[in-house]
Amino acid sequence: MSLLKSDFDWKPLALVPVLALVALPLTGSLSTWLTLTVAGLAMGMIIFIIASGLTLIFGLMDVLNFGHGVFIALGAFVASSVLGLMGDWTGSGELWRNLLAVFPAMLVAMLVAGALGLAFERFIVRPVYGQHLKQILITMGGMIIGEELIKVIWGPAQIPLPLPEALRGSVFVADAAIGKYRLLAVAVGLVVFGLLAWTLGRTKIGLLIRAGVQDREMVESLGYRIGRLFVGVFVVGSALAGLGGVMWGLFQQNLVPQMGAQVNVLIFIVIIIGGLGSTGGALLGALLVGLMNNYVGFLVPTLTQFASIFLMVAVLLWRPQGVYPVANR
Amino acid sequence: MFILKRLFSNDMPRSRPLALLLVLLAIGLAFAPFVFPGVKALSVAAKVLVFIVLVASFDLLLGYTGIVSFAHTMFFGIGAYGVAIAATRLGAGWGALLVGLGASLLVSLVLSFAIGLFSLRVRAIFFAMITLAVAAAFQTLASQLSDFTGGEDGLTFRLPELISPSFEFTEEPFLGVSLDGRLLCYYLLFVTAVVLVLALLRIVNSPFGRVLQAIRENEFRAEAIGYRVVVYRTTAAVLSALFATLAGAMLAIWLRYNGPDTSLSFEIMIDVLLIVVIGGMGTIYGSVVGATLFVVAQSYLQDLLRLGSEAASGLPWLAALLSPDRWLLWLGVLFVLSVYYFPTGVVGRLRARAAA
Amino acid sequence: MNQEPLLTLEGVHTHIGAYHILHGVDLAVPRGQLTMLLGRNGAGKTTTLRTIMGLWHASQGRVRLGTHDITAARTPQIAELGVAYVPENMGIFADLTVKENMLLAARSARTADQLDDVRLQWIFRLFPAVQKFWNHPAGKLSGGQKQMLAVSRAIVEPRELLIIDEPSKGLAPAIINNMIDAFAELKGQGVTILLVEQNIHFAERLGDTVAVMDNGRVVHSGSMAAFSADAQLQQSLLGLAL
Repeated sequence: MSLLKSDFDWKPLALVPVLALVALPLTGSLSTWLTLTVAGLAMGMIIFIIASGLTLIFGLMDVLNFGHGVFIALGAFVASSVLGLMGDWTGSGELWRNLLAVFPAMLVAMLVAGALGLAFERFIVRPVYGQHLKQILITMGGMIIGEELIKVIWGPAQIPLPLPEALRGSVFVADAAIGKYRLLAVAVGLVVFGLLAWTLGRTKIGLLIRAGVQDREMVESLGYRIGRLFVGVFVVGSALAGLGGVMWGLFQQNLVPQMGAQVNVLIFIVIIIGGLGSTGGALLGALLVGLMNNYVGFLVPTLTQFASIFLMVAVLLWRPQGVYPVANR
Repeated sequence: MFILKRLFSNDMPRSRPLALLLVLLAIGLAFAPFVFPGVKALSVAAKVLVFIVLVASFDLLLGYTGIVSFAHTMFFGIGAYGVAIAATRLGAGWGALLVGLGASLLVSLVLSFAIGLFSLRVRAIFFAMITLAVAAAFQTLASQLSDFTGGEDGLTFRLPELISPSFEFTEEPFLGVSLDGRLLCYYLLFVTAVVLVLALLRIVNSPFGRVLQAIRENEFRAEAIGYRVVVYRTTAAVLSALFATLAGAMLAIWLRYNGPDTSLSFEIMIDVLLIVVIGGMGTIYGSVVGATLFVVAQSYLQDLLRLGSEAASGLPWLAALLSPDRWLLWLGVLFVLSVYYFPTGVVGRLRARAAA
Repeated sequence: MNQEPLLTLEGVHTHIGAYHILHGVDLAVPRGQLTMLLGRNGAGKTTTLRTIMGLWHASQGRVRLGTHDITAARTPQIAELGVAYVPENMGIFADLTVKENMLLAARSARTADQLDDVRLQWIFRLFPAVQKFWNHPAGKLSGGQKQMLAVSRAIVEPRELLIIDEPSKGLAPAIINNMIDAFAELKGQGVTILLVEQNIHFAERLGDTVAVMDNGRVVHSGSMAAFSADAQLQQSLLGLAL
């Protein structure tokens, strides 16, 4: 990302407000629009949390993990078990109690997903470095196995994941109903983005990652063992996916073992729009997809899935590498 | 021998065990109704035939042209729905079938052409992801346009009398098998499968096929030599889609039913991937061997797992792992192991052995 | 002064896929001197450098750095032993600023303030563009400026061996002189340099030892003085006279 203001490529950023503004007259009322927009941004934030890890992994190591969805599902299911144990905390009407249940659930989900990520990288991904076709096949295989194992542990049927008491319902801002949980999602998303941006922009490790995304060989020639860095990024990416899974699950209030595969498609669309390897691009893509999903879901429900694809195709026709392609690939 | 070579477009098995295996499979499939009694066995055989064509068409795209596309099941579905919708709306007649087939081939032609062109504008990884998204969306669309496609429930329809189960052309069973429309239907499928596989062999062994392989190996060089990569890849994409559409039609005709899960589900895509990898990419024969192994295993693996699960009932976690519903788990493990240890598939291995 | 060469290659063969590029390279790079690696395009010079750096691995033979056998070592390890590599394509991180590029190259610095000020001032004196564009994305620099940045990165911290692939490509004569001065100063500090170059002035002013490659082998090695004096030898080996 350029530091010179005048050089900064702001055009893609404009897409978000443009989309929102276009939707305004279509949705009819300001309050509906506001509800949908916040919902869209919240959804976008959750997707971003999941997608950020995937795009960094691809950018840094040229590894495409078609099985990223398994971390999402695992995170969600683990959280459901944890929350299930904390019924009195989630049932309470006090916000702080709810949060004290939700945050540990998120933490555990992240830890488990991260641990699985470590194993996944070691046994599934590492043996096929550099071979794209095999990577696609094997990571898909990994996801299938993961999904089935989830069915073994938690059963094949769907599991409800109700929101804790105080997070249900909405706050009312000038006639518009804004989901409380959605606000929390936006807040968490911003925190994650902030942390990522800070790490990438202000620390040496972040520098290494950004450089490695552009030219891995050169970073190694400068004396850094990028292999170790990659494992770290993979684990963090998996943990983030786990976090995203929890949030997605609470969003839907319902979990199915196939949720990983379902969300997979969305996150692929997001990182394609954003440009493989770009965190900023992933955020942009995620917000656009989130908004698109909510606006179209309200206006023409049948076309919801196609809306995101249409958006992706439109972006690719404009910029075939995504909005913020990373230098060398 | 000469005739044989011409028939197989000079692409012989090149390995005695493989040739033997193929002959056995061919005989087994040709005489399935007589050799393997029972309704289930015939269904398995029919499914094998359908998958042979489907996977072979995918091999053309993946093994020979080097394109990874997850939208393959979409064309499979188009073929199946084409027949189903036509038969439902236009009645059970040969005309309806032909109309359905023609329409679905046309739709596939247009779509695959568009997708093929698009694939050249974006990188391979992008393309793979996009096809994944498109296939998922298509499946949702199929289940949502219920007026047209029967929605989640799908469409059940009747076939022309000649290939309907109710049609019997002799009273007496022949060699223990009743000579009815079902039998004819099976042989229709069999002949179609044979013709289509031989056609694919012809295509991949033609100059066109060789250029495809050259492009797969080194696109830049192929372009530099003077081959217009765009034309070849798009043509391969279209051909592959058309054959998949035909396979879909075959499926619908056999099942007399089609729904979103029957032909569009992601599981089928996974199955196709599994088969092409286990059988051997870039061989066409791989799809024959692989499809047979896979479909048979799939059908009977569940029974095997059931036995195992019952035997392990003392250890609940083991019983859960061996539950017949979890057969996909074990298939997934097999898949991952195949990609590592058998990257050339069964056919590749057998050929390598013979050459050594 | 230690008379043992710092870097030696013995009978090194390198294969890239099916292609056999290096057919038994023997090379000795003496300490504290500048060794020029000459040869026509395709002779195997870049491959030799990459093999030394571990980016490609020798299929046969030995590569030694001081007392370490680095034939099978990984690139980061080799760099940690004090080797700085400036590849032909410069390896500049275009999206990072000049400052960030330099910071990356300085392994001991966590932030820009930890960079050795004295050294930085020296670099700024040699290559003013590096200071001028300090906070700008490196991708915005001209080709010549990128070259300067690439070399600056290699010298931001003291290194034992500098391996440089065609640093003067695309540079204006004035800048080339700056670069020659830089290398002369480095030599004065006892740094060993292995340089692939086509430029005459480099060879004449800086080269102590010369090695000429052809068809994946070193076909001539010896002192630069002797080489520059022998026009016939130059002609036959390189098709041009220095």
